Amino acid sequence: MEFENHKTKGSATRAVHSGESAHKALDSITDPIVLASTYTFVDTQSIIDYIEQGKSREEYGRYGNPNEAVVERKLAALEGSEEAIVYSSGMAALVGLVMTKLNAGDEIVFFDECYHRSREFCAQHLARFGVITRQVEACNYEAMDAAINQNTKLLVSESPTNPHLSIVDLEKFAELGQRHGVETLIDATLATPYNVQPLSYGIDYVLHSATKYLGGHNDLLAGVICGSEQQLADVRNLRGIMGSINSAHNMYLLQRGLKTFTLRMQQHNANGQAVAEFLEAHSRISKVFYPGLKSHQYHELAVRQMVGFGGLITFEVDGANWRETADIVDRVKIPKIAPSLGGVESLIEQPMIMSYFEFSADERKQFGIRDNMIRMSVGIEDVSDIIHDLEQALQG
Amino acid sequence: MDKEKQLKFRTRAIHVGNTADEQTGAVVRPLHVASTFVQKTPGEWGPYDYTRSGNPTRDATETTIASLEGGSGALAFATGMAATHCVSMLLSAGDHIVAGTDIYGGTYRLLHKICNRAGIEVSLANSSTPETLAAAIRPETKLIWIESPGNPLMSITDIAACAKVAAEHGVLLGVDNTFATPVLTQPLSLGADIVMHSATKYLGGHSDANGGMLVVNNDDLYDKLYFIHNSVGNCMSVWDSFLVTRGIKTLELRVREQCRTAMLVAEYLQQHPKVKRVLYPGLATHSGYDIAKRQMDGGFGAMLSVEIDGDFESTKNVVASTQLFQLAVSLGAVESLISQPASMSHASYDREDRIANGIHDELIRLSVGLEHVDDLIADLDEALRNL
Repeated sequence: MEFENHKTKGSATRAVHSGESAHKALDSITDPIVLASTYTFVDTQSIIDYIEQGKSREEYGRYGNPNEAVVERKLAALEGSEEAIVYSSGMAALVGLVMTKLNAGDEIVFFDECYHRSREFCAQHLARFGVITRQVEACNYEAMDAAINQNTKLLVSESPTNPHLSIVDLEKFAELGQRHGVETLIDATLATPYNVQPLSYGIDYVLHSATKYLGGHNDLLAGVICGSEQQLADVRNLRGIMGSINSAHNMYLLQRGLKTFTLRMQQHNANGQAVAEFLEAHSRISKVFYPGLKSHQYHELAVRQMVGFGGLITFEVDGANWRETADIVDRVKIPKIAPSLGGVESLIEQPMIMSYFEFSADERKQFGIRDNMIRMSVGIEDVSDIIHDLEQALQG
Repeated sequence: MDKEKQLKFRTRAIHVGNTADEQTGAVVRPLHVASTFVQKTPGEWGPYDYTRSGNPTRDATETTIASLEGGSGALAFATGMAATHCVSMLLSAGDHIVAGTDIYGGTYRLLHKICNRAGIEVSLANSSTPETLAAAIRPETKLIWIESPGNPLMSITDIAACAKVAAEHGVLLGVDNTFATPVLTQPLSLGADIVMHSATKYLGGHSDANGGMLVVNNDDLYDKLYFIHNSVGNCMSVWDSFLVTRGIKTLELRVREQCRTAMLVAEYLQQHPKVKRVLYPGLATHSGYDIAKRQMDGGFGAMLSVEIDGDFESTKNVVASTQLFQLAVSLGAVESLISQPASMSHASYDREDRIANGIHDELIRLSVGLEHVDDLIADLDEALRNL
């Protein structure tokens, strides 16, 4: 069957059409949702042909389903990758990759601003299988260089990082890996393929929590790993064994969400920039972390490397203690208080409470999580409504 | 609710009707797929009893669209035609309807081949000249039904002027607002009594849900329509309600982007040597341009029709040869569609009526989607080269 690829087409066109068959079953304009857990063979010989000739077809739901396949092709087209493998969540995608690529005695090096659950999985759970996890200061390439040894197999970072929005120099990061013969992984969830395409800088793997901007409607969980066919073949194989696939219903919603992906990202970028500028100019705000601001530590790199800067903003309330900061969060009306990000609805949270409550004050200090810090995922609502809302919350 | 009214359209599209779930805190409300609801005591009804009569998921969709249209209440139907049919059932034998000439073929069929069986008479009148519409009104007229932009000729009807005619004669005015969407036009604020949508189109927006909507700003009228809705039972499914609600969250983004693209496509087609005429209200040459500019907020819709230098057969070939514009009826979704009204959406017209109403064989209708404008123009360019 022919699938649309559209390498030469605009991002909006790829979002709508790529990865899909030009002519779908029963002439329907959208893909059917295939709920089958297993797939039939017409006779015994067709099973033998399937095994011997390795023909591409469905077999059993744990190895994937047609709705997942179409999303994988669409994500690959948006990311500019040969291959994309979808998982049941972003964490499942990370686990799928590291469980495939690392063996006992191997080492993995993280920039320390990566999602704490990713680091936790490697440092605490992968450790049980003899994998060593090292963590170095984010964006400190010399420190990462120094942490690499002959056992190192994977370098990992997010870009932008969460919640500090630090930007990794992808060229440097990829070069570091190549110089040592070590593979590199960038979690680009916050950037999305609309804003940056890490593979074009020589990065080996890109990971997304597709729950965020790719799905975009806060109504599904999914993860994806993108890279070359050759490097991901064994990753796909292990996924089939571990079974961390996604459901057909979910995959349909993800495919549907991707249709407006380009449009949503343009709006998230515009709203994010406007809200960040508003916050920076506000007398009660002492610091704003947003790569689109000139004041951001990595602004120049971000401008060079990214199309836009997304909807995630972290900011600090001048001189506020945790309670005064919480009061502001509680006064906001439009953004809902919740973890996660990247949906059409704006969300807000205080990292100290939401994600780092169980950590000691010293640990939080070490992670750069301050009591007066607020993280906001700016949605696609009318930006004047969001700013108006923040204004009243900061005044109260 | 008053606070909500102060919020901008785009914000309301995401939040009104979509407050977090009280039980779980879920930011997206659960889909209530139940067909029936357990009651505490016989004869004492809870907020919901049976899904045909009311359902929390469908209610949310109705609440959102009521807010976007500036109405007090809305009803969600299985299809747009079910919604239009519900309006026609407000009438009784002996009553009369005046409908515009540039209306959807399915509405034409309902009025002429179903309503007539119930003893309801229909006259068609050109609604872009309200005096023509007024002249068609009889003492037994109960309803005026219009579309703007009209389908498929994109004629523009002055809704406020029609509302004045309707009010003078004590007749209800119903507006099919499918093409304009509430992003561009809110007919209730212009004096219409009932707004109808095929939610299958821009509201759902992804070619994967069927639905219809009625919105009113009058509790008495709402009650009458609700009585029919509940009695006839042609309500929107829970799954479709969810998909429409999800689609509405990006409605304004989609419609504004599609309008911008449609304008560029119209301008491209207008200068094409094989195109005789482009019917798009955003072009200064369009007869309804001035009214459209006043009545439509910041865009002229994403539907356009063109008459090409061809006959029935060669027109058929053009619509069959585009790649990104897919050959299909329907409209308003992220995918661009192309059709030949004479053989497709308006095939249910009697041929004489069709030609008399300007729907010629060489007419092509385009629904401009979300693809990149350069890709869409390249696609049309290629198809017209074969002409």
